[in-house]
Amino acid sequence: MSERTIAAIATPLGEGGISVIRISGDNAIDVAEKCFCTFSGEKLSNLGGYQAAYGKVVDNEKEALDDAVALVFRAPKSYTGENVVEISCHGGTVVARQVLRRVLECGATLATGGEFTKRAFLNGKLDLTKAESVMGLISARSDAAAKISRGAREGRISRDTEDILNKLLETAASLAAFADYPDEDIPNLNEENFAKLLDECYAKCEKLISTYDAGRIIREGINCAIVGKPNVGKSTLMNMLCGSDRSIVTNIAGTTRDVVETTVNVGDITLNLADTAGIHETDDTVEQFGVDRAKQKIDNAELLLAVFDSSLPLDDDDKKLLCSIRDKKCIVVLNKTDLTPVLNKNELNEFEIIEISAKSGSGYNTLCSAINHICKTAMLSPDDTILINERQRDCVNRALNAVSAARDALNMGMTLDAVGVCVDDAIAALLELTGKRVTNEVCDEIFKRFCVGK
Amino acid sequence: MIKEYLAEQYDIAVIGGGHAGIEAALAPARLGLKTVMFTINLDWVGNMPCNPSIGGTAKGHLVRELDALGGEMGKAADATTLQSRMLNRGKGPAVYSLRAQIDRREYCSYMKHAVEKQKNLDVKQAEIVHIEKRDDGLWHCITRLGADYACKCVILATGTFLGGRIYIGEVNYESGPDGNFPATELAASLKKLNIPLRRFKTGTPARVDRASIDFSKLEIQDGDEDTVPFSFSTTEKPQNKVVCHIGYTNDDTKKVILENLHRSPLYAGDIEGVGPRYCPSIEDKIVRFADKQRHQMFVEPCGENTEEMYLQGMSSSLPEEVQLKFYRTIPGLENVKVMRTAYAIEYDCIDPLALYATLEIKEQPGLYGAGQFNGSSGYEEAAAQGFVAGVNAAHKILGLEPLVLSRSSSYIGTLIDDLVTKGCSDPYRMMTSRSEYRLLLRQDNADERLMPTGYGLGLVSEYEYNRFLERKKLKEQEIERVNNTFFAPSKALNELLESRGTAPLTTGCRLADLIKRPQLDYKCLAPFDKERPELPDDVCEKVEVEIKYEGYISRQQAQVDEMLRLENKALPKDFDYTTIKGLRLEAAEKLNKIKPENIGQASRISGVSPADVSVLLIYLSK
Repeated sequence: MSERTIAAIATPLGEGGISVIRISGDNAIDVAEKCFCTFSGEKLSNLGGYQAAYGKVVDNEKEALDDAVALVFRAPKSYTGENVVEISCHGGTVVARQVLRRVLECGATLATGGEFTKRAFLNGKLDLTKAESVMGLISARSDAAAKISRGAREGRISRDTEDILNKLLETAASLAAFADYPDEDIPNLNEENFAKLLDECYAKCEKLISTYDAGRIIREGINCAIVGKPNVGKSTLMNMLCGSDRSIVTNIAGTTRDVVETTVNVGDITLNLADTAGIHETDDTVEQFGVDRAKQKIDNAELLLAVFDSSLPLDDDDKKLLCSIRDKKCIVVLNKTDLTPVLNKNELNEFEIIEISAKSGSGYNTLCSAINHICKTAMLSPDDTILINERQRDCVNRALNAVSAARDALNMGMTLDAVGVCVDDAIAALLELTGKRVTNEVCDEIFKRFCVGK
Repeated sequence: MIKEYLAEQYDIAVIGGGHAGIEAALAPARLGLKTVMFTINLDWVGNMPCNPSIGGTAKGHLVRELDALGGEMGKAADATTLQSRMLNRGKGPAVYSLRAQIDRREYCSYMKHAVEKQKNLDVKQAEIVHIEKRDDGLWHCITRLGADYACKCVILATGTFLGGRIYIGEVNYESGPDGNFPATELAASLKKLNIPLRRFKTGTPARVDRASIDFSKLEIQDGDEDTVPFSFSTTEKPQNKVVCHIGYTNDDTKKVILENLHRSPLYAGDIEGVGPRYCPSIEDKIVRFADKQRHQMFVEPCGENTEEMYLQGMSSSLPEEVQLKFYRTIPGLENVKVMRTAYAIEYDCIDPLALYATLEIKEQPGLYGAGQFNGSSGYEEAAAQGFVAGVNAAHKILGLEPLVLSRSSSYIGTLIDDLVTKGCSDPYRMMTSRSEYRLLLRQDNADERLMPTGYGLGLVSEYEYNRFLERKKLKEQEIERVNNTFFAPSKALNELLESRGTAPLTTGCRLADLIKRPQLDYKCLAPFDKERPELPDDVCEKVEVEIKYEGYISRQQAQVDEMLRLENKALPKDFDYTTIKGLRLEAAEKLNKIKPENIGQASRISGVSPADVSVLLIYLSK
């Protein structure tokens, strides 16, 4: 059962000093040899692991495509655990694509997204949280998201859970010794220490879980809708946030009739931004559609930017809107601060207010930090361990519940075998987190994430 | 060369008449197979060459499980109990463990008679010196006198007899336990079959004269007031006939031992065999736990009709005169007279990774192992394996499904799975911590877990099975009733609650919820429970445990269900794992050697990582 040899450009596309084309699989070295001639005349297949050779990438007419360095890794000592050749050629999309095309002609097939990582995982080179983090890196849409995934890749999750695990294993071991040697004069268990240990584990699990929601927002972005009555400057705000004229702006009320959507990075956060039609009573059928859609967006959004014209007093449309967003996560944006302020801010004191001039761009930074703050991402330190997917959160959550049950059993005065059952549960959940214990959930995840078994 | 003669033919031959051999012989005979049991010394069938007791943590569970399946050990122990104690009361029902002092001679008599009386079973005093499979497809067991017994299956239950060698100080000699002959030639015969043998060792303390002990300097250890039998079929509570005593070593003991350590064969490097980590000799304890002030010693009577006393915790292989010197440093033993000297014994046993879960040797169809031969330690571990090997040999001949008990069903299943999957590097002793399902594998519910299996095998009688069904029905009815009984607050009830340190009632409360409170139990609420039926003690115990621990039991059941899902993913037999790409070589080799039945078993093999398991799963899904 031999797997095909795969290849792909391993460096980000775009201008850069060098590009790396990675080839992995049983035949990686053979494939590379067909398209790479060393200047020394030495064959790549004669090179040992971690050895490099300078040479040229050639087409089937032996015409040079580029000068390059080929670095040979021999299984299992490579990223994927298979034979790997990495060809470092000159940077730039065109050259890298040409080299890749040539490699594919020589017998490799194009790697699908994450396939190198999948192989690394299956060959035991990465634990599950690390593999997941690489998948996270590949699909990261912002700097902060990439940073989180890098943290996980470096093993922060494994390290943090290891710490909790060790504490729990220590607990489980003393419980076992206590039961197995009834006749020995070993000292009785210190229940206070026990309770303290469980408290510590509880706090650590709780902290890990609290990072998840913030982490998810950073990773996946947050659905954010700009709402407000017509002509308060919603589309101007949209354009300010994305730095281009995404929405058509006129001084005619009701210019935006449908929902206009785009993705922008604001500080650490990706906003899946939707500019909506101004909400007001209208007889225009087409505009009414837009208004209905806007209302739907309010329901689905995780964050609302409610825009008001600070040069006008609040009217009935404004007040209706305020009523409908009262229970949502939202920021009230008072636009047009370049004009004379008329609006009475006291009527808005239950909301967080940011004053801007979308036209001039003033207040942009304040708005950004307010968004980061309200999404709780502002509190995250770049060095925090952050859980990066639902599976991980579920594992930690189960550990948390089990530790909590163990604590309850202990406090209630249940016998220690009952405490032990709960501790065992917590241990199992954490082992599952890092993939050290294989369960059906982990298997499902493997199949889901790495599209294996085909 | 001795002249061989054709003796009788049997379905099954069992080599050894110890705790493993007895169960291995009784089970097939009871299933109607023509069986023979060979023992080197017919006076010592069921001998206890070490402690005169049965049970203890996890071992007590094994005895009850074996009883539920239809084994003999529990009945014999109940009939010969000198003192009975339930250990770990107060640590929770998962770890309650029954332990009984046994009259050693009486136990042998009981077992000897049991095998003698058994239909289809012949018992012979004979040393098997050679076994081999011949062209007739049968295993031939040759005795020292040249008798050739041809059998379809052979069960090796050789204990410490196989290649046995005793060590006492600088002295060592070939011997079985308790002055019996060793089985030396059989070891050589097994090596010819390429069976992977290795050396383990174990040891036993001195037996001393009761009259030479000053009991006034020792603490008394009484039996339980309210005793519980091992066997579900025993209807009378065992009587406490003796007391045990506890003494302690001191600095002088330590000094004598340390001064003479170089004379211990273990420290001098004479013994190559690996001893049990969990049952160390006194010199081992003193070296390994150097900062411990004192070590415990239990003085246990060996029987009602003997003055020999066993010194539990004091096993040693130091020279005889050193033994006497250190025993005499212990308060109460100042003038002790040793009747039998402590010794270490080294013996041959198999690497259990060479066994299937049926206890059949993978490369030798029809040949089974049980007990110490399989690398375990302890009478109870031996008996449990003997039973499983016996049933499986019988089922193989009868063409029936093998008996493989799961880890979640029993300690017996856990024991065998550990042995054949993880192997062992020292004599394997059963402990509650070996099981991940302690709260389900309780000693009180061994009948519910295994009696249906025992009945299905045909080794539990209709009568006992009906009694079991009746107990179960009573328990279920009572749990139902307790769940639907409500107590109104009353002055008397609240007084009880407060006296026990738990909140008084202000509104009505379900009886079950009161039992769930750790401060209360089923019994103490009886005066307020007008409708409570008269129930046997064991039923009351089950009702209490199942109600009180309901939440924790279901938590554990969920763990079992999770495991079973992996356990249900079967792996192909006779498959070359080196052909699966992605498996590390070490894992592939281990898998080829152990040939796991399913993914669950594969995941427990040391050297098989979770990544390897993922690869197997992916392979299976193709």
